[in-house]
Amino acid sequence: MAHYVLTRLLSLAISLIVASIVIFALIEIIPGDPAAFMLGINAQEDTVAALRSELGLDASPVARYFEWVGGMVTGDFGTSYTYRTPVTEMIGERLWISLPLALIALALSTLIAFPVGILAASRRGSMTDTVIMGFTQLGVAIPNFWFAMLMVLVFAINLRWFSAGGFPGWDEGLVAGLKALTLPAVSLALPQASILARVMRSALVDTLDEDFMRTARAKGLTRGQAIKRHALRNAMIPVLTIIGLQFSFLLAGAIIIENVFFLPGLGRLIFQAISQRDLIVVESVVMLLVFAVIVVNFAVDIAYAIVDPRLRRQA
Amino acid sequence: MKLKTLTSAIALTLAGGVAQAETGLIVGIQLEPPHLDPTSAAAGAIDQVLYSNVFEGLTRFGPDGSVNPGLAESWEISEDGLTYTFKLRDGVTFHDGTAMDASDVVFSLDRARAEDSANAQKALFGGIESVEAVDPNTVRVTLSAANGSFLFNMAWGDAVIVATESIENIKTDPVGTGAFKFSNWVQGDQIELVRNEDYWGTPASLETATFKFISDPTAAFAAMMAEDVDVFYSYPAPENLPQFEADSRFEVLVGSSEGETILSTNNLMEPFTDVRVRKAVAHAIDRQAIIDGAMFGLGTPIGTHFAPHNPDYVDLTANSQYDPDLARSLLAEAGYADGFTTTLKLPPPSYARRGGEIIASQLRAVGIQTEISNLEWAQWLEQVFRGKDFGLTIVSHTEPFDIGIYARPDYYFQYDNPDFQTLIEDLTAETDPATRSEMIATAQTIISNDYVNGYLFQLAVPTVVKAGVEGIWPDAPTQAIDLTAVSWSK
Repeated sequence: MAHYVLTRLLSLAISLIVASIVIFALIEIIPGDPAAFMLGINAQEDTVAALRSELGLDASPVARYFEWVGGMVTGDFGTSYTYRTPVTEMIGERLWISLPLALIALALSTLIAFPVGILAASRRGSMTDTVIMGFTQLGVAIPNFWFAMLMVLVFAINLRWFSAGGFPGWDEGLVAGLKALTLPAVSLALPQASILARVMRSALVDTLDEDFMRTARAKGLTRGQAIKRHALRNAMIPVLTIIGLQFSFLLAGAIIIENVFFLPGLGRLIFQAISQRDLIVVESVVMLLVFAVIVVNFAVDIAYAIVDPRLRRQA
Repeated sequence: MKLKTLTSAIALTLAGGVAQAETGLIVGIQLEPPHLDPTSAAAGAIDQVLYSNVFEGLTRFGPDGSVNPGLAESWEISEDGLTYTFKLRDGVTFHDGTAMDASDVVFSLDRARAEDSANAQKALFGGIESVEAVDPNTVRVTLSAANGSFLFNMAWGDAVIVATESIENIKTDPVGTGAFKFSNWVQGDQIELVRNEDYWGTPASLETATFKFISDPTAAFAAMMAEDVDVFYSYPAPENLPQFEADSRFEVLVGSSEGETILSTNNLMEPFTDVRVRKAVAHAIDRQAIIDGAMFGLGTPIGTHFAPHNPDYVDLTANSQYDPDLARSLLAEAGYADGFTTTLKLPPPSYARRGGEIIASQLRAVGIQTEISNLEWAQWLEQVFRGKDFGLTIVSHTEPFDIGIYARPDYYFQYDNPDFQTLIEDLTAETDPATRSEMIATAQTIISNDYVNGYLFQLAVPTVVKAGVEGIWPDAPTQAIDLTAVSWSK
């Protein structure tokens, strides 16, 4: 197990270094000067030059790369060109919205998908299965932003139960914060739950046909006991993979939903930063997301090993 | 029964507190200010939140664009127009309690025109030779040459008075002299202002003013409909306006802005070097079709680079009347009977993206093919504005009274006419209003007759307002949302 963890950790570190170089190089290539963007079309050349040097943009790319990476290692992501506030602070604030949102959506998605997927698998071929599969098909097909707008229409504009969007801040209390995240989390969770339920069902269906399941039933276990003790554990590998992918997606990819609900999350921060050429913010947020994805993958790898002892021995 | 009680209890909790007396106002705007220093960035959102509300200048714009006394109560101009002596108001304090006096004015103006100044409109201060404090309430500004627009220049958001004591943190904690104090900024979401109880002038009626940033047009619609915001300034989805007009809960104000929207033309690129080609382009454009198609009918056609609501405006639309036959014959005359191909580079706003498609098809009808490329603002600035690598582009020039850009041969559309440059120089030096009006009219006519750019329309500003809100400026003489005189009707 220790060896397995170590090799995974090494590949994690290499991925991070490669990612940092790729991100920095890509962003260097994008045309557009943050100073010129900030000063607009009436600015004089000398003003733009003064701002460039104030922002430290006149240093060489290599020097800036090492300064950036060196800062990150010590937890200092630099200062935003446009907002002039520390990037660490900005990311921290946004993370307090994006992270809970992703977690709530993931929890909702898992809570819906597991029972639904198991039910469909154990009643394979029945009317229940057909109906569930039909609904999940619909859930996958509906774009989440459209579903989000529909919910705004019903719950914010007609019923007035929720605000149409925005985030009051956690200072306003846990209830107010959770309330603001409810509609976005539900719109994010629905398609994810549909995907996860389908994966759960097909993985479970596969294992139900295995010999060990017949053996388990022959030993006298009921169908439910056999599923719980033997089938589920074996069906978990693809399900865990999907959950890992979904979490990364929810953290970084909620940008459209953040726009529909005008939530100040990480997705919108990065979107804004790209258009304003706030390069340092783009670099740092992308790097953080890469880090999150890699760490989640690492955690999933470890989880594989926990549910499936064979993987431990292989490594 | 039990279930019913429970649901209604939930509904009540969800709906939040009981309606309270209206003393605050929530204003929706599309863009968030990058920071809160109006004197070191071009972003219009900074002025929208802070101009007049938090920061004030020596002079200030009124709702109709007139220049009124601000922190300067009055001024005297010397015979030769070179010396302005400003008498400052008594008892003005900054929000941190420090007094606003002549030394702050000297500091602000010197900072804006300094060598390393990051002022986006540094040209406004270009003619200042010296600024001195005569006594705590009097400031004398000496110009190197007479400047008829000096008082106008001092009304810009980029010329507001800031204090030495609070300049260091101005970007996150702005301290001004206005009727509202900055209170809180939830980045990405909103900025809150509260009433300044020690204001020198008429105190604001609103106790709080909150600016909420909602960039997505659909989200803006939802926020307005759900009454999450009370006002949406420069409402981004004109297609929804009839729905608001029909709803008694709302009122729609359609005002004029300073945004001359033009089909900018690279005057140094073939074949636009030939005035006949530029004239052909001007006659190939059906302005009303663009306004109807791209702006849902909002906007006023223009025939020169000047705002129609300005008293000095000359209507020159007849100069570039829609006439595709004339356009074709002009092209033939210039040697392009078979037309030509050029680039049309479009920045993000809908006036450009939607308008660009319509213009492309209108130009195609007279034989001009365009290769459309959609650019982000940063790319547009680099390629078009600084790189001058374009044939045509569409952009709204939102600075007030900016006809002077045609006197800058290195400006991106690269129009070089020495007569026009002399005229603008003379205009700057001229202080007699009647003569100025005449000169401004001549300037408009010159650039119209030279077909420097395709003049399209004046950008309209639609604002959706909840019924009961009074005092919102319908027009936008500058990029400001002045809330100092806004109130709720009883």
